[in-house]
Amino acid sequence: MIYEASTLAVIIFFLFVGLTLGISFRLGRTAKSSQGYFAAHGQIPWFVNGVAFAGDYLSAASFLGICGMIAFYGYDGFLYSIGYLAGWIVALFVIAEPMKRLGKYTFADALNSKFKSPGIQVAAGISTLVVSIFYLIPQMVGAGVLVTPLLGFPHWAGVCIVGATVILIVVTAGMVSTTWVQFLKGSLLVLFSTILTVIILVRGFTVESGGVDGHVFRTLGPFQNETLAEEISALQTHPWSLVALDEAWENLPFVKLRDEKTQAITVWYRQHLDENQSLLQEAQYVSLTAEGKELVNGFPKGKRAGEPQLHPVGHLSHLPEQQTHTGALGPLKFFSTLQESEVILWGKQIVRESDGSVTTVYFQKPTQGSRILRPGEHPNFKGIRSNNPLDKLNFVSLMLALFCGTASLPHILIRYYTVKDEVSARKSTIVGITSIGFFYVLSLYMGLGAMTSGALDVTNSNMAAPLLARSISEWLFAAISAIAFTTVLGTVSGLILASAGAVTHDLVGHLLKIKLNDAEQVRVAKLSSVVVGLIAIVLGILFEKLNVSYLVGWAFSVAASANLPSLVMLLFWRKTTYQGVIAALIVGMVSSLGWILSSADTFVEVFGLKAEQALVPFSQPGIVTIPLGFLTLIVVSLMTQPQAEPSKS
Amino acid sequence: MSSVRNNRLAAQLFSLYLLFYSGFILINIFAPQLMEMTPLAGVNVAIWYGFGLIILAVILAFLYGLLCQPIHDRPSESSVPQSGKDIRA
Repeated sequence: MIYEASTLAVIIFFLFVGLTLGISFRLGRTAKSSQGYFAAHGQIPWFVNGVAFAGDYLSAASFLGICGMIAFYGYDGFLYSIGYLAGWIVALFVIAEPMKRLGKYTFADALNSKFKSPGIQVAAGISTLVVSIFYLIPQMVGAGVLVTPLLGFPHWAGVCIVGATVILIVVTAGMVSTTWVQFLKGSLLVLFSTILTVIILVRGFTVESGGVDGHVFRTLGPFQNETLAEEISALQTHPWSLVALDEAWENLPFVKLRDEKTQAITVWYRQHLDENQSLLQEAQYVSLTAEGKELVNGFPKGKRAGEPQLHPVGHLSHLPEQQTHTGALGPLKFFSTLQESEVILWGKQIVRESDGSVTTVYFQKPTQGSRILRPGEHPNFKGIRSNNPLDKLNFVSLMLALFCGTASLPHILIRYYTVKDEVSARKSTIVGITSIGFFYVLSLYMGLGAMTSGALDVTNSNMAAPLLARSISEWLFAAISAIAFTTVLGTVSGLILASAGAVTHDLVGHLLKIKLNDAEQVRVAKLSSVVVGLIAIVLGILFEKLNVSYLVGWAFSVAASANLPSLVMLLFWRKTTYQGVIAALIVGMVSSLGWILSSADTFVEVFGLKAEQALVPFSQPGIVTIPLGFLTLIVVSLMTQPQAEPSKS
Repeated sequence: MSSVRNNRLAAQLFSLYLLFYSGFILINIFAPQLMEMTPLAGVNVAIWYGFGLIILAVILAFLYGLLCQPIHDRPSESSVPQSGKDIRA
């Protein structure tokens, strides 16, 4: 789709971002020591810290990714909401208080408080760095997503703006301003999501025949299969003729029609009604020719509104009892109505033709509401209904990684050091869980609201939530985008700070054995922030098309596999040795990363290879690599028990 | 020590949640058709269970906050939620 900037949106957006930066600079002046830079002097009030947890956590992934996934596939996106929140239970009941008790600045400090081993510090530092960078990718992709429709910039420009702004925030401020900014954004995000949900419920559902641009998606037929070509040529409504298909299109359910007036070629999805008859449903396509020309639905892609571009999608084709409009709906009636309706979802098929051009067809998939509201519509979760147990593992593995991942995320862990004691750590976690839980309940309404908003960009699921807001009002769109954008800024700052802390304390301090004084520590941290920020910018541009929530799922897997086994065993198993901790960190990190890089998803989306060539049977590593981390720790610890057991203290 | 009691409480609440969370995963694996049933108000089990898990997490978090005793035990203090405020850092 082509996005035009609106002046109002741009003004609100820059006001918001300017305000955020202003607060950062103002508050940042008070944080000059390293204690202030990394841990906000441990003086953030628990309530503020709790909402800041929500600000940190409800990042691009939650807001953009989950809404997008629900809008495209229904309930499956909500699985992420459930899993992300469940992870907080682990954080609250298992990790929160011990972390506060043991650590000083970083996760590695906490792990290492018992052993004082440089090896642990280095391994945990590297793992923090790896997880942070993995988690940074979806945030940066999300930033690009937000800027595109809002300011009309290309994706890479959005990523660069965020990168530059964040580096500026982190270098000038540190943890104090990051926390206050997250507090501000966390509250606003929840507030505006509530407003959006209320508007969705008041708007209700309406039967439409296309998206918000007024384009009506046509259906032709029914035709007799044997005389399809003749019947189409004989159509009075349009001068169409059937086009002979390239061999790449054979066995695919599509036909191509040429408009004899304009010579434009359109693609239609062929739905077989029975053995003899079929219907043709209008599809959309983008074709990239071997010469590098881009065609949209048969015409060269336009640059301005009104010129050829993909039509926005997302409409209901049937409501229960032949209604055409429901009017306002209650929060439960919303689901029960959708349950009985039919929604047009969109499928995607990539065709590589013999002349070198690559065509992506987007076709209508009328889907019963009852299917949308159950798990298993997304290609990655289809397995739960399969008879092959291996197919079900992807789902189990993801749910496990989300459950274990939250409590192992470095930027969440460092937030425990910004409050004064264990009680405050506990209280702020409770505030965090409440705000985040409330938001996730809303996420299902927003996702389904976007699904039926008629405003979706069929090529990019991450865009669903901002486009939903735009279908309501330009003002709301600007506000929501600005909040989401600044939330990205905050999360990215948090992650970069966590990485900078890891580099300064864990790597420079222990690996290179350089003693730094306070001012030098802050200087090294700022320098590493710039480097990590630049890496994040590059990765954010490379991974543009992947759903951000999916990417976050991976970051959770790596965090859970690498960090959780050591963290939990250190707290609950007396026989844990430092060798065991180091081994578990390394094995968990390497195995989960290796698994992800060898999975079908990476093969298809990143390397451009075939899914069948993947080296591992399913994409989500958690179910294998988390237990592997625990096992490694136990085995290595047992092998390296000290000769004389020290007395219990 | 109250921290032992707090730890036990945390473990109990954690186990309770784990039970419900595992239930959700197991139903999805072994009886996905159960998720499609609409037992109440025309809303299916998948949504009820999903919302239930989120609300349960919030309830357990509050319960923990209410029942937790101050870490540095003082006989005169009761386990009211605000008691944490009285503790010195």
